[in-house]
Amino acid sequence: MQNILQMKGIVKRFPGVLALNGVDFTLRKGEIHALMGENGAGKSTLIKVLTGVYQMDGGEIYLAGNKISIGSPQDAQNNGISTVYQEITLCPNLTVAENMFIGRESGSWVQQKEYEKRADEILQKLGIPARSGQQLGNCSLAVQQMVAIARAVDMECKVLILDEPTSSLDDKEVQMLFDLMRSLRSEGVGIIFVTHFLEQVYEVSDRITVLRNGELVGEYLTAELPQVELVAKMIGKELDELSSLHEVDETKEEKKEIFYEAKDLSSSEAMPFDFNIRKGEVNGFTGLLGSGRSESVRAIFGADKVNGGTVKINGQQVKITKPIEAMKAGIGYLAEDRKRDGIIAELSVRENIILALQVMNGFFKPISRSESEAFADEYIKVLNIKTASRETPVGSLSGGNQQKVILARWLLTHPDYLILDEPTRGIDVGTKLEIQKLVLKLAEEGVSVTFISSEVEEMLRTCSRLIVMRDRHVVGELTGKDLNQEQVMKTIAGGEAADEQEK
Amino acid sequence: MDEKMIEKLKSQKTYRREPLTDTQLLMTITICIFMAMYVLAMVFLKGGFLHPQQVFDMLNDNASLIIVSCGLTIVMIGGGIDISVGAVTSLVVMSCVMYLNNGGNIFVSILLALGIGLAFGLVQGFLISYLEIQPFIVTLAGMFFARGMTTILSVNPQKAAHEGFAKLREVKIEIPWLGYYAKNGNLVPARMELGVVVAFACLIVIFILLGFIRLGRNFYAMGGNQQSALMLGINVKKTRFLSYVISGVLSGISGYVFMMHTGAGNATNAAGMEMNAIASSIIGGTLLTGGVGNVAGTFFGTLTLTTIKKIVVSSGLREPWWQSITTGGMLCFFILLQSVVLGYRAKKKKA
Repeated sequence: MQNILQMKGIVKRFPGVLALNGVDFTLRKGEIHALMGENGAGKSTLIKVLTGVYQMDGGEIYLAGNKISIGSPQDAQNNGISTVYQEITLCPNLTVAENMFIGRESGSWVQQKEYEKRADEILQKLGIPARSGQQLGNCSLAVQQMVAIARAVDMECKVLILDEPTSSLDDKEVQMLFDLMRSLRSEGVGIIFVTHFLEQVYEVSDRITVLRNGELVGEYLTAELPQVELVAKMIGKELDELSSLHEVDETKEEKKEIFYEAKDLSSSEAMPFDFNIRKGEVNGFTGLLGSGRSESVRAIFGADKVNGGTVKINGQQVKITKPIEAMKAGIGYLAEDRKRDGIIAELSVRENIILALQVMNGFFKPISRSESEAFADEYIKVLNIKTASRETPVGSLSGGNQQKVILARWLLTHPDYLILDEPTRGIDVGTKLEIQKLVLKLAEEGVSVTFISSEVEEMLRTCSRLIVMRDRHVVGELTGKDLNQEQVMKTIAGGEAADEQEK
Repeated sequence: MDEKMIEKLKSQKTYRREPLTDTQLLMTITICIFMAMYVLAMVFLKGGFLHPQQVFDMLNDNASLIIVSCGLTIVMIGGGIDISVGAVTSLVVMSCVMYLNNGGNIFVSILLALGIGLAFGLVQGFLISYLEIQPFIVTLAGMFFARGMTTILSVNPQKAAHEGFAKLREVKIEIPWLGYYAKNGNLVPARMELGVVVAFACLIVIFILLGFIRLGRNFYAMGGNQQSALMLGINVKKTRFLSYVISGVLSGISGYVFMMHTGAGNATNAAGMEMNAIASSIIGGTLLTGGVGNVAGTFFGTLTLTTIKKIVVSSGLREPWWQSITTGGMLCFFILLQSVVLGYRAKKKKA
């Protein structure tokens, strides 16, 4: 096959970090090429070099055999390299047709009618269910993404970069996107596909390039690389660790004292439920998205308005209606949406870490600078947070490391009970493993942990008891032998296959 | 599956019109409310509202407001704000009056007005777009500067005593068939000032610019999502710069029109005009967050604002504060209405 794009020995430095160290990448005509790696492996940096957002510090880029230099996103577009980002980079207030043609028309007058005609032709050809005259903001996210692709295709792109295009789409929409990708492939477009989802890589890609720590691990044919090996190459560790994290000794679990107990606890968002957790136990809420998992733990932490129910901690009745009361009672809560409820991007790693402790101490007892520096250094080391320094703004860290910073924040308050809501979402396999290990280590030290994750497998590995939710109600509790994927699915589905089909 | 979908699309195309865009929807609401309000005024208050001259009076009094509102609409569609427009208008009036009174030439005085507006637009646009300073701060500074300059030129009101200019002021467009018969039986034709013609010319030019010219659509793109606009290949800095330049030039024109209407320069001229212009744009369906709006809406926004003031006065509430209070209420009402309508749309889309 013919090479359309070749990147040779790409080097990119950031202050204190070597983000890309001599990476090679080759894209052939008419192939879907997955670019894989953990967070911080250098995928995004490589893409940004290719699209002209970053300037490379070394290396060469060839397009169809000719050496090119890319100084800006416009340069990349003029060379036929188009990118569709995870966040839609179109204007929701304009029509579909305008979004496809704005910024690249010639002449001063807008040929609205002609744009709409051409847009309709392209939309029909690509099978995109949108009308050219529709306001873009009224289309679904998937369609908006497809319009972005249609724009790229109409610009006669030779290289199409899809950066995490599927993360906000549902299964049906993903299939529509894949169909579109396949039909573009047959027309000879080279597609670079960046994603976290392994199954999607195997479903649609022809070839895989793996990066790790800014270096090239290798390029493989998808058909010849088993999934297990791909993961091993991405994290660079043996996989055995993943499968056998812990074994639960049930008799031991029974003997532990109950730390937290709630009866008929309800909030503005959560229906009444009963819940308890023992000292040193790891349990979890599972269920489909929207089943009420997060709402329940938010009620425990007092994050939403608590409406009723009694709560006992160590056998004593307490009242928890606000987060600060929960924190004083020894409860920590790592929120689901780390960008909204977690990090403060402009503050440094150190400031983010001491935040919860400072709040608990009260603002009239400030933590001294040297003390906070010591805390920050300690947890950066313990949790292996990859940051240039403790004064680096958190916003510039990768997702996994941001999550570790928030974890450090809660660990610093020495909680007796830690609630982790989706702590591993959107972070790489290696860090996921580290977080899972940390949870088990905490439990050994006597900390109770409630763990929520969309990946059932992950919960089965870490939890000794699973509370299953459906439609905002607790529908089951699984322990011991019942802790397997099949049983969880059955409980979620209510033991009937009918529910599955309805979905 | 694809074929099915295409079939479906085709059938939809024939039976269904595209739903209104946000801009069109908000504009339609404003026009409807204005019409309803005016008709109600005609029915219940009668008096002046029954004469077409009432409309022309509203236009004559507010021609300059309409012009600055056009500029402000452009800036707001682009996601910015320009609060210097009233002060620049006032500075232009004072400068031109003094120039004419010192034996100036009418043609040069028009150039002077345009020049002052352009200068403000260029400097403010440069500071905002290329040095990336907050538009509110820059135009606030511009406002103080222009007000200060006006007072330096003359603390006392200056009446334009230029002969040629006096003649120009007297030029009125008379429309006999819209006139009425006075008590003595003479026909009093409806009168429209030259400024209104200028205002309509500005409206038409800006309407075409926003709807059919590339630059105009770029304003919408920039206001809709600045980052996206950049990614779509639009020169955002230049686009933003031009929006302030246009607003500046329109302030200059507005100043001249204001002078033709009042015939005198005064340090307190056009006080609060920027706020009335913002209110007109918002009532006309322009969102402060950018990306949505249209000058046709702005025109009706201005008329709505003026009509409500007239209604207040005609109802016997002659104290000036009643006008402010109703304007405030109106603005609140329209903003609430917009957020409810757009919120309902977003909800419907989700479902």
